[in-house]
Amino acid sequence: MRIQGTAWKFGDNVDTDLIIPARFLNVSDSEALAKNCFADIRPRFMDMINPGDIIVAGKNFGAGSSREHAPLAIKGAGISVIIAEGFARIFYRNAFNIGLPIVESAEAACSVEEGHVISVDLSTGEIQDTHTGRRFFAKPLPDFMRQIVEAGGLVNYIKRS
Amino acid sequence: MTITEKILADHSNRKKVSPGDLIEVRVDMALANDITTPLAIQVFNEIGNPDVFDREKIALIPDHFTPNKDINSAQQAKMMREFAMCHHITHYYELGQGGIEHIILPEKGLVIPGDLVIGADSHTCTYGALGAFSSGVGSTDLGVIMATGKTWLKVPPTIKIEYEGELSPWVRGKDLILFTLGTLGVDGATYRALEFSGPVITRLPMAQRFTITNMAVEAGAKNGIIEPDEITLAFVAQRSHRRPLVCTSDPGADYEKVIKIRVDALEPQIAFPHSPANVRPLSQAGDIRLDQVFIGSCTNGRLEDLRDAAAVLKGKAIAKGVRLIVLPGSQLIFQEAIKEGVIQILLNAGAVIGPPSCGPCLGGHLGILAEGERALSTTNRNFIGRMGHPKSEVYLASPVIAAASAVLGSIGGPEEL
Repeated sequence: MRIQGTAWKFGDNVDTDLIIPARFLNVSDSEALAKNCFADIRPRFMDMINPGDIIVAGKNFGAGSSREHAPLAIKGAGISVIIAEGFARIFYRNAFNIGLPIVESAEAACSVEEGHVISVDLSTGEIQDTHTGRRFFAKPLPDFMRQIVEAGGLVNYIKRS
Repeated sequence: MTITEKILADHSNRKKVSPGDLIEVRVDMALANDITTPLAIQVFNEIGNPDVFDREKIALIPDHFTPNKDINSAQQAKMMREFAMCHHITHYYELGQGGIEHIILPEKGLVIPGDLVIGADSHTCTYGALGAFSSGVGSTDLGVIMATGKTWLKVPPTIKIEYEGELSPWVRGKDLILFTLGTLGVDGATYRALEFSGPVITRLPMAQRFTITNMAVEAGAKNGIIEPDEITLAFVAQRSHRRPLVCTSDPGADYEKVIKIRVDALEPQIAFPHSPANVRPLSQAGDIRLDQVFIGSCTNGRLEDLRDAAAVLKGKAIAKGVRLIVLPGSQLIFQEAIKEGVIQILLNAGAVIGPPSCGPCLGGHLGILAEGERALSTTNRNFIGRMGHPKSEVYLASPVIAAASAVLGSIGGPEEL
């Protein structure tokens, strides 16, 4: 499973209140949530990006609340994968459960710059920055987690198996 | 094994578990609120099981945007209510019967030592104060648990924090956890269990223990936990007829790290914007003028917290230009606080008292901040925009400091009054 898109850079400790402020949590569908994704730090993020684009972030991405609305908003906005130095625990679980792939790579998080087109191979963990030609290797996803992503989330995965 | 490992071993029918093991566990209590339940219901319906796994082991608590703040919130609360009625969920507590989820579950005796609790709310880690394993997940995980009663977990390594010495008179559990967050950082315990221990903890009343375990997630922890003792068992015996499973860590248990903290010189702590780990002792806070003070939430909305505020505010008036908002954590706490005269003291000082709700803690309602406003809050997070406008500021502290600061109009302690 290979994904290619333009990188959008974020720093460390991007918390779930930054991803989707709680005042927008009175709805649950991904499309409505997407409109307010990063409302306080990158307003109209959804309009700025192209479907398939990639978030590249620092440490502890998704810290804070358990709101599954956070990965739903990011996925709904059109982001195809998040690469970060590290993820907060609940966000990590939630992202896979809703079928949004996320990959840990400190080297890529540090080296890739905003606007670079990068590609990610989820089965091998290979990340390539097409601007610089540099390649990075994240730990590949275990089979069952890749299957969850391919099924579009935990519920579809359970229904399939 | 540690206490966390013992509870996880028990719930996965194993003799022993070690950090890194992937295990399937049975869940004693599954919990969700008005924000996280609607998505969990969608997941439950998609799975297609006709019934929930056990209607006695699910708690659905409307508390975040209730009393409903707008039409969309009312729709979400209605969806939750109808699901609870349809599936005869025993522990659904309507306004007037309950309050904030992490306050009322212990209050009603629904969690006891040795339990395994999973909630679709990050502050589910609160129940570790009862010697239970408890951890937050998202709505999909919770929807699956409502259908099956089970989930998978990775056994976390444990970091032990040992507190030694004597606390100064106005220093509380809130100050211990804020100081600890300052030491660990916001990702210092990611994927870890945090075990709080030592003679300072064994002397601490339950309310302050709940405050400590409540904020374990602010260091990224999977769970926070305190070994049950006589104080825990006395608390539980008044509220539950179930028999607790008392687990304690073995003397030779493996810890990833042990951190010792001397508390004798510990001052009240203030978390500055925009991180709960950005802490300074009160003496180094400087002159921070305030527009609003909030006392409440699953962190500090308990009766003991309101008593602390009343002890500071008795016979005093809050500063001109400052709004003091107090939301008691539950209907029961509200009633007790009225009986004890606590509410009258707060009202006399100029506080406005609202219904039990998470309210302004997450910028929902009942006290939102405007651009450029500053609040001191007894809650758990001070991220950008957490309580309102992205250019507002939130400082975190104990109810003691909150009450004193409301009188002073700027951040300060009771000794300055």
